Amino acid sequence: MTTQILIAGFGGQGILFAGKFLANKGMLEGRYLSWLPSYGPEMRGGTANCSVVLSDDPVGSPIVNHPDVLIVMNLPSLDKYEDAVVPGGTIFVDSTLIERKVNRQDVKSIYIPATKIAQQNGIPTLANMILLGKVMKETEFVSYQGIEEAVRSVVSAKHADLYELNLKAIRMGYEYQEQ
Amino acid sequence: MANKVLMKGNEAIAEAAIRAGCRHYFGYPITPQTEVAAYMAKRMPKVGGTFLQAESEVAAINMVYGVASTGRRVMTSSSSPGISLKQEGISYIAGSDLPCLVVNVQRGGPGLGGIQPSQSDYFQATKGGGHGDYHLIVLAPSSVQEMADMTTLAFELADKYRMPAMLLADGTIGQMMEPVELAEPEEVVFTEKDWAVTGTKMQRKHHIVNSLYLNPEVLEQKNMERFARYAEIEKEEARYESFLMEDAEYCVVAFGIAARVSKNAVVAARKEGIKVGLIRPITLWPFPKEVMAKAADRVKGFVSVELSMGQMIEDVKLSIECRRPVLLCNRTGGMIMSPDEVLNSIRALCGGEAK
Repeated sequence: MTTQILIAGFGGQGILFAGKFLANKGMLEGRYLSWLPSYGPEMRGGTANCSVVLSDDPVGSPIVNHPDVLIVMNLPSLDKYEDAVVPGGTIFVDSTLIERKVNRQDVKSIYIPATKIAQQNGIPTLANMILLGKVMKETEFVSYQGIEEAVRSVVSAKHADLYELNLKAIRMGYEYQEQ
Repeated sequence: MANKVLMKGNEAIAEAAIRAGCRHYFGYPITPQTEVAAYMAKRMPKVGGTFLQAESEVAAINMVYGVASTGRRVMTSSSSPGISLKQEGISYIAGSDLPCLVVNVQRGGPGLGGIQPSQSDYFQATKGGGHGDYHLIVLAPSSVQEMADMTTLAFELADKYRMPAMLLADGTIGQMMEPVELAEPEEVVFTEKDWAVTGTKMQRKHHIVNSLYLNPEVLEQKNMERFARYAEIEKEEARYESFLMEDAEYCVVAFGIAARVSKNAVVAARKEGIKVGLIRPITLWPFPKEVMAKAADRVKGFVSVELSMGQMIEDVKLSIECRRPVLLCNRTGGMIMSPDEVLNSIRALCGGEAK
């Protein structure tokens, strides 16, 4: 099985980091994978996106043109990539930052106010990881088991204090119940 | 995958170079290869090596020339516009018969171009680049693992044939991360070369490193000798990967990132019942001519897939002596074709509906 994931939002939201977490999780699970960032004259506040491919076979193109899973953290990204998702795919929307609903009827749409949850819990920079918690709850392309090791491999030694907070964020997303 | 680490392609080049015994890096920053220099800046001092950010690309390549003349493993890296600046030095190094590694993580051109991935330096890399009669050994990695492996191979081939080798990558392979297994570090054992300038200590006749031969008879002889070596390399060192070619009626030719995209398209075309395979040149010089010629005996046509206005396609046509049609599937300027675009070219080649 091959899963193509596209994560998109503003620079500074941890888009690339979220992709790195998925890539590391995949590697720890013994999958083939690729991680490809958008690169360019981007900066905080600009657009950022990241392609991750996880597969049981060697990965062909690392460029995700038609994602199975789209994770969006701002409106321009939903506008840009909604139509690219494969029929039957899943779109995860940070509903704090994106007010509109997904237009397509042939995809599964999941809304979570990740940024609001992050702000209310004193971890305003970790909405990305809350979203990933939700992604792991709703899909099976990576397992929720073993998130500790995966977080450890992406949180650098310099930021060791963020290890617990990242885990907390993932767990909050995973356990989130719609009110 | 216990021994694998997740790394960017650019970082894999730098780590592999250090493990291959390279202790001298000279460069000047440019997107999308800056991670090579950044990694070297961090690691070289820890292994007793030299990292130096030169005042320009021209300075960097001449520093490479200097270290290469001592017989030590040395490298530089840059991206397209920076590689153009280095051409004079590369020609001098080739003319002096010295080994070194030059990495080009290509971006769109010409001119300052853009910073997105490209393969439009193919001609420059494989047909000379600088002035005079010479070649580089040109390796084209298409995964992060190959970025590491081919760095090692490039040093070995450069040493073996006493000539510069080039790793011709692109922005995608440089920027992407994949799991990679790195070779055990080589102990740096320096064997005195019988041509290197390392000081005679009044014990031997001095060696001369030079590319200036004012006597045309001598220069002609030098070039003839060099090309005899090139002929041997063309015979011995052409490398490629063959994918689903056993029963193929059509053949896609692509290298680097374009080969990755093409693989998806070949798999999709097979699902439609089109018998198509892929030949991925791993060495661009020497170009794997023989396998192309043999494929032409069996297949009905070729598609050359590349991120340029069509450069490798000329070598494909020459290799098969134009015996079969060769279509071009290309994007340029930093754009990358989708697997669907390659699939459409494959369909067009075999006379399908999507002509």
